[in-house]
Amino acid sequence: MSNVLAIAQKELKGYFASPIAYIVLGFFALMFGFFFYSLLLFFDRQGMGGGPTVNVNEQLIRPVFLNATVIFLFVLPMVTMRTYAEEKRQGTMELLLTAPLTDLQIILGKFLGAMGLFTAMLALSLIHIGVVFWRGNPEPLPILTTYLGLLLMGGCFVSLGLLISSLTRNQIVAGMATFGVFLMLWVINWIASFTGPTTQAVLNYLSITDHLDDFTRGIIDTKHLVYYISFIAFGLFLTARSVDTERWRG
Amino acid sequence: MIEVEHLTKRYGPVTAVDDISFTVEKGEILGFLGPNGAGKTTTMRVLTGYMPATEGRARVAGFDVVEQPIQAKRRTGYLPETPPLYTDMSVRDYLLFCARIKGIARGDRVARVSAVMERTRVTEVAIRQCGKLSKGFRQRVGLAQALLNNPEVLILDEPTAGLDPKQIIETRELIKDLAGDHTVVLSTHILPEVSQTCQRVVIINRGKVVAIDTPDNLTSRLRGSESQFLQVDARGADAAAEIGALDGVTGVTVTDQRNGLTALEVASLTGRDIRQELAAAVVNRGWGLLELRPMRMSLEDVFLTLTTIEADAPATPPATPSAPTTEAA
Repeated sequence: MSNVLAIAQKELKGYFASPIAYIVLGFFALMFGFFFYSLLLFFDRQGMGGGPTVNVNEQLIRPVFLNATVIFLFVLPMVTMRTYAEEKRQGTMELLLTAPLTDLQIILGKFLGAMGLFTAMLALSLIHIGVVFWRGNPEPLPILTTYLGLLLMGGCFVSLGLLISSLTRNQIVAGMATFGVFLMLWVINWIASFTGPTTQAVLNYLSITDHLDDFTRGIIDTKHLVYYISFIAFGLFLTARSVDTERWRG
Repeated sequence: MIEVEHLTKRYGPVTAVDDISFTVEKGEILGFLGPNGAGKTTTMRVLTGYMPATEGRARVAGFDVVEQPIQAKRRTGYLPETPPLYTDMSVRDYLLFCARIKGIARGDRVARVSAVMERTRVTEVAIRQCGKLSKGFRQRVGLAQALLNNPEVLILDEPTAGLDPKQIIETRELIKDLAGDHTVVLSTHILPEVSQTCQRVVIINRGKVVAIDTPDNLTSRLRGSESQFLQVDARGADAAAEIGALDGVTGVTVTDQRNGLTALEVASLTGRDIRQELAAAVVNRGWGLLELRPMRMSLEDVFLTLTTIEADAPATPPATPSAPTTEAA
């Protein structure tokens, strides 16, 4: 465990020693702030019509987060693309693989490091949520489940990003490929309604965003937990295999 | 301390290392010599547990590198061909990180890092970023990293590459210093380095071991006979014929003849030093003795002979070069 933390800390420091962390945090702060502000304007207008009662959880916080997940699509490939590609390029892979560490410790360390930056990024949104708590009266529990869902969804992206980064020594290739696969998983169920019932179910199940929906409503469904956790575990497992073949191939 | 048995490594159809075996005793410095692509780096990578062998086994400090990788790695220090530095870390942070993943206790890390920095003379760049260091400093920081866990076995892939002459001497001294407590395996393609630092040499070519011996034995044993270089002013006499008639001389070759001077290569039976007889013979005849020196094969010659013979007859194992191979296993 100490070894995992050593790698995780090194990764996290690495993000902050390079511009990546600042770009990621800055971009998220900008976009999240913009989403929050524009949706707040909509929410404000809805509230003024004197129509049915408005719900701050359902009509402000939930849409803000659902929109904000798009930011992950752009930001997370930047976070994960260097994890393995950079180690291979600068030859430090040899240091890690000849140190008394197991492959699993290295992978988990890198996963936690990237998740650390992702969590720091998500934490920026607490400012906006704080504002809502200050001026309004939202329910806290759905917000907690939303964060849980976002962390799990980010975990899927990170584990997939690690896998793709472990397949190449070129960061740009890793970044673009990761973005492509993320985007595909994002939109895969758009064609679901045009396909047969079986394919439709499969496509809907694969869609990474679909599983987030219940979390944002305050529901923790084991179905979605199983999806996210098995996605993460499978991604990390494949990363381990990929690193192992790298050893054989040299 | 290191035992390699029938090690073979194939990358797809390419055989990088082909059935090599050798052992290294505790405290010894073993030089790994071979042309580029001979399999030096591959062998070292197998020893350090970076990659598994296709066949055969390797044990480091008594631990199989595949079956007990963690124990073996704890006792190994490795400097790869390119020093594995994190470009955006400072030298001190980098070494502290290395100390941590090498399992050095938290309380000992700072002291250990300082000691190693002192030893490899990188203290002055402790707060500089690794990426901004000169090649010489990078190499030394890489070496510092390898020494951190005070390993029983040190594996150094071209430790002096990229250093200036002064640093090369310092590094060699450091490596010699380390032997005794540590067992060192180093690869290089600078031949004098091997004769200066190593107690034994493994010459490999195309993935095969062509010779294992001490540098001295390699240079002397490979020749079938002793030979001397002799330059005389024979004052018109036939130097070659007269010298050739001396007792103990088995052959004379004239290598140069001009301005009344004759340069000869005089071969004699192995183990018999005929220099005194030669000198006496020349002086007694009233000739002028200008030069007399033993012709030893340099390590370069040995290396070239061994590696070229192999190239000429790739199918059959070389007959002559295998002679100096001492039983290593």
